[in-house]
Amino acid sequence: MAAATLAALVAAGALAAFAGVVAALACAGAAVVVGLAAEHIVQRRFSAWRYAEREDDLLVARGVLFSRLSVVPYGRMQFIDVTAGPLERSFRLATVRMHTAAAASDARIPGLDREDAARLRDRLAELGEAQAAGL
Amino acid sequence: MSATDGWQRMHPLSPVVRGGRATIAVAVILLPTVVRGGSLGDSYVQLALVAVLTAFGFLSWLVTRWRIDGDDLQIETGLLRRQSLRFPLSQVQAVDIVRPGLARIFRVAELRLRMGGASGSTARLAYLPEREVEPLRVRLLALARGEEQDGDAETPDAVVAEHVLTTVPTGRLVASILISDVGIVAEAVVAGLIVTALLAPAAATGVVSGGTVWIVSALTLVWRRFNQEYRLTVAEGPDGLHVRSGLVALTAETIRPGRVQAVRMVEPLLWRLLGWCRLEVDLAGRQRAKGEGEAQRRALRAVLPVGSRSLAEELLDRVVPDRPREQSRPPRRARWKSPLRYRMIAWGRTETCVATTSGRLRRVTCWVPLQKVQSLRRVQGPVQRSLHLASVHVDTAGRNVHATLRDRDVDEADRALAQLTALAREARRDPSGSAGEATDQ
Repeated sequence: MAAATLAALVAAGALAAFAGVVAALACAGAAVVVGLAAEHIVQRRFSAWRYAEREDDLLVARGVLFSRLSVVPYGRMQFIDVTAGPLERSFRLATVRMHTAAAASDARIPGLDREDAARLRDRLAELGEAQAAGL
Repeated sequence: MSATDGWQRMHPLSPVVRGGRATIAVAVILLPTVVRGGSLGDSYVQLALVAVLTAFGFLSWLVTRWRIDGDDLQIETGLLRRQSLRFPLSQVQAVDIVRPGLARIFRVAELRLRMGGASGSTARLAYLPEREVEPLRVRLLALARGEEQDGDAETPDAVVAEHVLTTVPTGRLVASILISDVGIVAEAVVAGLIVTALLAPAAATGVVSGGTVWIVSALTLVWRRFNQEYRLTVAEGPDGLHVRSGLVALTAETIRPGRVQAVRMVEPLLWRLLGWCRLEVDLAGRQRAKGEGEAQRRALRAVLPVGSRSLAEELLDRVVPDRPREQSRPPRRARWKSPLRYRMIAWGRTETCVATTSGRLRRVTCWVPLQKVQSLRRVQGPVQRSLHLASVHVDTAGRNVHATLRDRDVDEADRALAQLTALAREARRDPSGSAGEATDQ
């Protein structure tokens, strides 16, 4: 987010060349405020994403405005995905997603380091196999 | 039938029945020529068309075969794109017998196996001679339970030994459809048409031609419901509940105990005045075979299309014997979050089952055996947070039943989440709670 603020400042600097110093300063101030607010929101969103591996199930918590906490038993996992979009790939990140037979249970853990994601997937798959329960 | 390695073919008339509407269309095309007494030779195009269709039908019949191989049902089909399907019988959720109108004329029937598990598909044996279907169904169910088949000696007993619990009277079914949501929409459409026709006959024709799609679809929905649930009979057999219904197309289904993912009771506003309710069960088999309508794709099956509360309780006893009798109400402040739902919201649990009630105009009660719980979620929105409330969702297989402990006090929700997680874990570990579980993978 600091990068976004910096970009806004650069843009404001460019504006100064055309529309005088006062307008440029006002723009810069607004950009800083917006940037800080965005940073705060993203920070909170980011820190709301948590997960915990317990003995029999996986806990995934997320969301600031709507806070959700999913409990997914290992035995109910049907398969586990690891996906990485272009943006995630450029940061060497990946998303682990657990699928159960229920359409509604959505448990995913985004922004994991790629190797961590692969390890987590293998661990979960192993636990799922060991505790698998039929439908 | 060729008997190499136990492979068998379908009934030779299956392509005709499969063709369904196409067959009727062909008959309609050819009929005028025949009736007029003209020789068929005059209509080359129609004849060629019929010949091509017949050839295709014959080919598809020729390349389709099935067999029971150990614990699997194998179906091979397709001429150009050869398909070999293998369905493990241990995952069978239910076995249905379906007989569309044409199939009844030709005395054939389709056997439909709803599979559970990750594959969640439907195996269709379409069509088999009518008299072979029932024994085959019993045999498949026995195999699905993991029993060795010891000849066909015991099959007749299993068919006979059932005890009819209820049959839905036609009058009541009609009345219930007329005051259901679907029915009211259809009535509104028809009433609107009649009024326009009386007031402005000229405009009426325009409305009819313009709104044909709407009219037809509204009436189709009503008809489908009536056709599907006509004379629905529930009987208790040794292998589960037998549900039979249908006017033109007949279906017969066996609901195996321990395969029920969730049960739902729906009480629409107008039905409540009459003390009626509708009971549906969710079996995990998802129907995804092509050529199936939206109505068939819904996995929810009405066990009781319409009936009194006491009748529903009686059926519930067979499906979820250990269910909570009492449900607790949410705190009064939940009214601010869900003003319309507040009167309905409640939940309760026993050691093996959780029940939730919700709904705005209609009351929907869901029972979920804890053994079938897929995952649990605690969700809290901004309004709920300001009121110190939270909801707990109980996720079951599929997407049809939404059991939610709505708008509970935060502490209660957290406690419920922890308790349900623990109870569900116990239920999974020790599946002896309900019968018929021994065959689960």
